[in-house]
Order: sequence, then C-alpha cells, then structure tokens
Amino acid sequence: MTESPPPVVEMRGISLAFPGVKALQDVDFRLFPGEVHALMGENGAGKSTLIKTLTGVHRPDSGQVSLAGEDVAFSSPGEAQQAGISTVYQEVNLCANLSVAENILLGREPRKLGGIDFPAMRTRAAEVLARIGVHIDPGSSLGEHPIAVQQLVAIARAIAVDCRVLVLDEPTSSLDAGEVAELFRIMRVLRDEGVAILFVSHFLDQVYEISDRMTVLRNGALVGEHLTADVDRRTLIAQMIGRDLGALEAIEDAAEKHQVEGPVLVRAEGLGKRGAIEPFDLDIRSGEVVGLAGLLGSGRTELARLLFGADRADSGTLLVDGKPVKLRGPRSAIAAGIAFSSEDRKGEGLVADLSIRDNLVLAMQAARGWTRPLPRRTKDQLVEKYLKALDIRPANPDALVRTLSGGNQQKVLLARWLVTEPRLLILDEPTRGIDIGAKAQIQQLVTTLAAEGTAVLFISAELEEVVRIADRIVVLRDRRKIAELDGSTGVDEVVELIAGGAAPEPEKVVS
Amino acid sequence: MTALSQRVPSRFLPVIATVVLFVLAFGAGSARYDGFASGQVIANLFIDNAFLIVLAAGMTFVILSGGIDLSVGSVVALSTMVTAAGLRAGWPVPLVVLAVLLIGSTLGLLMGIVIHKFDIQPFIVTLAGMFLARGLCFLISVESVSIKNSTFRDVATAAIELPGGVTITYNVVIALVVVAVAVYVLHRTRFGRTVYAVGGNESSALLMGLPTARTKVGVYVISGFCSALAGLLFSLYMLSGYGLHAVGMELDAIAAVVIGGTLLAGGVGYVLGGVVGVLVLGTIQTLISFQGTLSSWWTKIVIGVLLLVFIAVQRTMVRR
Repeated sequence: MTESPPPVVEMRGISLAFPGVKALQDVDFRLFPGEVHALMGENGAGKSTLIKTLTGVHRPDSGQVSLAGEDVAFSSPGEAQQAGISTVYQEVNLCANLSVAENILLGREPRKLGGIDFPAMRTRAAEVLARIGVHIDPGSSLGEHPIAVQQLVAIARAIAVDCRVLVLDEPTSSLDAGEVAELFRIMRVLRDEGVAILFVSHFLDQVYEISDRMTVLRNGALVGEHLTADVDRRTLIAQMIGRDLGALEAIEDAAEKHQVEGPVLVRAEGLGKRGAIEPFDLDIRSGEVVGLAGLLGSGRTELARLLFGADRADSGTLLVDGKPVKLRGPRSAIAAGIAFSSEDRKGEGLVADLSIRDNLVLAMQAARGWTRPLPRRTKDQLVEKYLKALDIRPANPDALVRTLSGGNQQKVLLARWLVTEPRLLILDEPTRGIDIGAKAQIQQLVTTLAAEGTAVLFISAELEEVVRIADRIVVLRDRRKIAELDGSTGVDEVVELIAGGAAPEPEKVVS
Repeated sequence: MTALSQRVPSRFLPVIATVVLFVLAFGAGSARYDGFASGQVIANLFIDNAFLIVLAAGMTFVILSGGIDLSVGSVVALSTMVTAAGLRAGWPVPLVVLAVLLIGSTLGLLMGIVIHKFDIQPFIVTLAGMFLARGLCFLISVESVSIKNSTFRDVATAAIELPGGVTITYNVVIALVVVAVAVYVLHRTRFGRTVYAVGGNESSALLMGLPTARTKVGVYVISGFCSALAGLLFSLYMLSGYGLHAVGMELDAIAAVVIGGTLLAGGVGYVLGGVVGVLVLGTIQTLISFQGTLSSWWTKIVIGVLLLVFIAVQRTMVRR
C-alpha cells in the first residue's frame, strides 16, 4: 500500500457521549479505496459506536465526517446507504419473513406501473448473488436458510447498491472456517473492485489474513493507525488492552494440566436425544475442567442442554453422585447443583433492563423460593464480592446490564450462576465476542473454580482456548461423541479428529 | 422445484386452514338445513359483514406491522354519528362522506404519530383513541339519530342483480374494492413490503434503510381510513347514527384477522385470510340463526374457542 489515492472516508475529531459514558473522544479515522481496514479494540473500546457514527445511526457531538472529500452528516442509515456506505452487522439484520430477493433489494426495488416488478427484482437479486458466488433461489424466504447464508445475503444487500464503503461489523462470529474462507474470497473480490472495506473481528488470525491496514481504539480514544504488515501481534494486543501480556501467560501456568482423581460427580450413560445428539457416555469429576471441541452444529450445545435438563433425553440415564436422576427441567438440574451459562447471553441469560445487583440475585432468589427474600445486606455483600472477584466494570451494582459491554455482561452472567455455588458449571461459549482482557479473566476464573473443586464443562469454538484450559477434551462431530482426549493433547491432533478421518459430512450450505 | 412445493403450503397453511374451516362450517350448515347452500346465503354473508371486511383489511395492515388498533369500533360509531348528524343538518352527501373519511384518517394519523414519536405501546394509544372517539359520539348526540336523506336511503336499499337471481348491495362492491386495493398495496408496493419488514423485525428494517417511521404511522392512517369507510357502510346498513353502535367491533375485526392466519406478532399474514376470517364468523352467526333455538351469544362462545385454537396453532408454528 503506497500513499496514493485520497481517503474515501475521513473522520476527524469525532467525540460522542452517552449518558454517563464518553463513548468516543476526539477520534480520527480514515479509510482508503481498495483496501481492507481492520478496526481493532476491546469490547467497549468504541468500535461499534464509531461505525454507527459513520453509518448515520448516531450523530457525533463534535467532529466532522467527510465522504470522498465532501463533508456529510447522515441522520439515518438510509441516508448513509444512499451515499454509498453499506453495513453488514454482527447479527443478521434482515427480515426472515420476506424473500431473499426482497431482503436484498427492498427500498430500491425495480418498479413497473407504480408497483414492484417482481420478475425483474428476482433477476436482479440473482445477479447480485452470483457476483459473490452464492446460488440460492431469490424467491425463497430468507428464514429457510442457515445463518451463514443469511449473512451472505446481507452482504449481497450491501453491495447491491453502488457501494463505495462496505462496513463489516464482526461478520464472522457465527460462521465456520469454510464459510469464513468464502467470505474472505468475496471481500477480496470487492476490494479489487475498489470498494473500501471496514472490517471488525475479534479473531486476530482473520485480521492478519485479510486486512491491509488497521486502526486501534482503546477506551473510546485513538491509539494508532498502522499498516498490518508493520505490527506484530504482541504489539497489537498490547495496544488494544493497554497493559502487558502477563495476565494471559499467567493462565497458562495456572492451567497446569493435572490428572484429576476426584470422585465422579456427573455420569452420563448412553444419554442421547434423537436429532440433537447421539447417545454418549461421559464422566465429569469434581475439580475437573472438561472441554467440548467440535464445529458449529456438531452437537456441543445439545449435549450441554441434556445435562442441564433444558431438553429431555430420550435414551440413557444421568447419574449425579452415582445416583440416577431424572431431570424434569432446569429447576431440577439447579437443585442437583448443575448450572448452565447459555451461549445466547442476551436471549437466555440476562435480564438486560435490570441492574447488575438484581441480575445476580435472580438465580439465588429462585433457588431459595420467593417466600424467603434475601436480606438487603446479604445481597450487597454477595454483589460486592462478585463485582470484585470478576472485575466487573463499572463496579456499580445499580448499573443496568444493558449498558455494559459484552465481556462485562458475560461476567455478570457467570457471577449469577456462581452465587448459587454450583457443583457442575456448564459454560457454553463464555468467551465469544468478548475481548482478550476479559477472556483471560474468565479463563482464569475457570481454573480457580476447578482448583476449588467445582466441575466445569467448557464449550468453545476456539480450539486453542479449550486445549489450554481443559483437563480432558471430548471431541464431537456430526452430533456424535467421537473421542475423549487427555488435556495435554495438542491443537493439531484435535483438529485432525474434528476434520475427521472419514470424508466430512456434506454440511456445506453454500453450494 | 421440490423445495418450492414444500414451501408454499407452509407459508399458506394458516390461510388454508381457515378456508377449510369455512368450507366445513358451510358444508355442515348445508347438510343440516334446507336452503342454506344457496347463493343468496353466501351473498348475505358479504352484505351483513361488508363493514367488518373493510375493518379487517385495515386491521391487517396494523397487525402485520406488529401493532394493534383498538379504536376501530369507536371510529365506526363516530362515523355513523357524523354521517347521521351531518345529513340531518342538511349537508350534501359528498361533503358528509369527505368529512367522515377525513376525521377517521386524521384520528389514525394522530395515534400513529403518538405511537411513533413517544414510542408508546399501540395498545395504550389506540385504547385512548377508542375512548376519545366513543366520547365524541355522545358530544354530538346521546340519542340515536336516524338517517332520512333520500340519496343515502336509495344507495342503502339498491340491489345489484347478479346472475342466478342473487342480489348484493353497493356495500359489498365497496368492500371488495377495498380488499383488492389492500392486496395490491401490501404485495405490490414498497410501502406494503415495508409493512411486512417492520412487522418481521423492526430494528432490522431500520438498519436496512427502510422508512420505518413513515410506515408505522401509515398503517394507522390506513386503519383509520378503513374504520371511517366501514362506518359509512355501517350507516348505510343501519340507516342511523348512534354512539352505542359497533361496541366491541374492534375485537371482531381482530378475531377475524387472527382466525384468518395473520400472526399477532406481525410480519406474516394476508388480507384475504382476514376476509375468510370474517366469512367464518358470519357463517357461524348464520348457522345459529338457522338453528333458531340457540341464543345468539353462542356466536361469541364459538368465536372465543376458535380464536384460542388458532392462536395456539400459530404459536406452535412459530416455535417450529
């Protein structure tokens, strides 16, 4: 990348405050045509806010945005789109009840005699889809397609206009490796066509693979802009978290692999549910961290939900402390000392409009029953203990959970289960979408819990993480348990197993 | 192609279920009672429910967008009142019609703006609108006002002869035109598709750059307009204006739309489903009047049961 064309987007001195938070302070940002620019930073660093300022969702309190040399001030996402700035968000923001063609073209559909010209619309949508190599029926309804395809449809919508700037806000978090490769191929095609791409991802590998340039934010302020080739990971991470990497390395030491000899706490014998996961055997000992490894859709979450009683098994038995138990639902699992922290923290885990305190107390109160309210003092003590133990920020028990960053929400969810003092803690993707600092803290916490005798079932899409902290690794493929490995197994070996000796099932959705 | 043949039924399933229900109810009536299976009985279904069809069409827009409009029954009453009082005062018919439609649309516009600007639940805002419109009726007159205008009476009693000796009224023609326009707008225009998008996922629709604000306000204007028009049809049907007309009719309209397969959560449904829903309600009423000994309140009981069943069915379909 040589200094040649002028930047297509230039943001100067952007500041924006929300009630109580300075989200952005005097941030400069520029984006050149024909490059992939990664926006880096921890959760809460202001990445999303900066993007939303660019795309017209928020208006900056001060500062100037210019597009192709002209000052602009968008008051809605629609205006930004018309000016050529298209955005694909982390969650697929399309309407599942409409057809694929409508999702791509609604708002700029071809018309005839005042009405929508549906045949022309389908043709046009098929053209756009073909441009990014997706071949699905544009007339089919969007909801029928898997998330990965919906994500590609969102990109098709973004490029269906004459788009000069494409913003991809964590587009890869719900995609598997093959789908990510597909996405990158599309990104390269668009980049070579001269589109400026702004890319946000928490996966450093992806950032290094695809980006040409990066801008680092921390706490709402600009740390620096670099060419990707000029910074190594260490420097980048140090810039992002603003402290040295001692914390990360400490976990590795703490997670010293140990053979756990404790009594078997939970044993599954031939437990299974048709269509979710095939019958499996599994022992989890007190003080042991068992990692579940496998691809998206391999049955990780399904296995966990059976152990928690969220789904009813149709075969096999579950034994707790050697005695068979029949889980009629999460309530009986909680009573048996099993806690399940869901991967969908917004949907199934937290009550966003309640304070940190109330969220923490919810699970505990449920366990006690409503006739015995917790005294205020006990609440305060508990809350303070966990705020400190998990380093939840802001350390204000009355802050609404909605206002916290993803990492801190995850910590609140964890704390919520910890107050019930579970004997088996099931963590489903506890570190997804959160920044490195918080990730390290959560991993640290898992290790500490295990040392104190809690059994942990740890599920994560990030294999390295599983391998790093698990004492034993259970590998799943195609809804079947295929192996159980010692914690000292290397990442490569596990990958081999997941990829499978036999040909992988044809589960690729993009044909 | 197999994907296509599998898809179509699942999308149309609720509507098909409603049609089947209608056919069953009507078939049962024909089997039991002589003279039930006549063209005129079907025509009467339309004649007696023309205003409800118009209301259901407007309500479909609102429910598709994820909202609800409780004010429609009261707006019908207000419209009959304005019509009767206006005609009594000697206003020309076109002026009366214009005034009624304007009042209904304006009420809808105001409610839509309040719902959008202050981000208040449509349930509450339209509940307020319902009380307001009902109260305004009695401001005009607490008595029933009969309509004596000759033009109006001529239109009301005029019969249009169809082949086979079946007659319908102008009300039916107007209602069918409204349905046709509603179908066109919902399926063939950007506004209509945006209504579906907003009902499917409002924040997505906003981020897709669609004009959600205009659409959300627009559906209440349409519903207000339809209520006013239904009020005019109801005036023609009753030939009077009264503040206690159409009490609870908003619930009949909502019931018809829901029985017609429109998802209360928004985003899924068809105008024609609502029309069939109205016909189902009408058929039940006809059945009970043919039966002769049952109290007419049985209609309400049957509607209640149907509504429960249909909502339960929708719920399981959504979970799927």
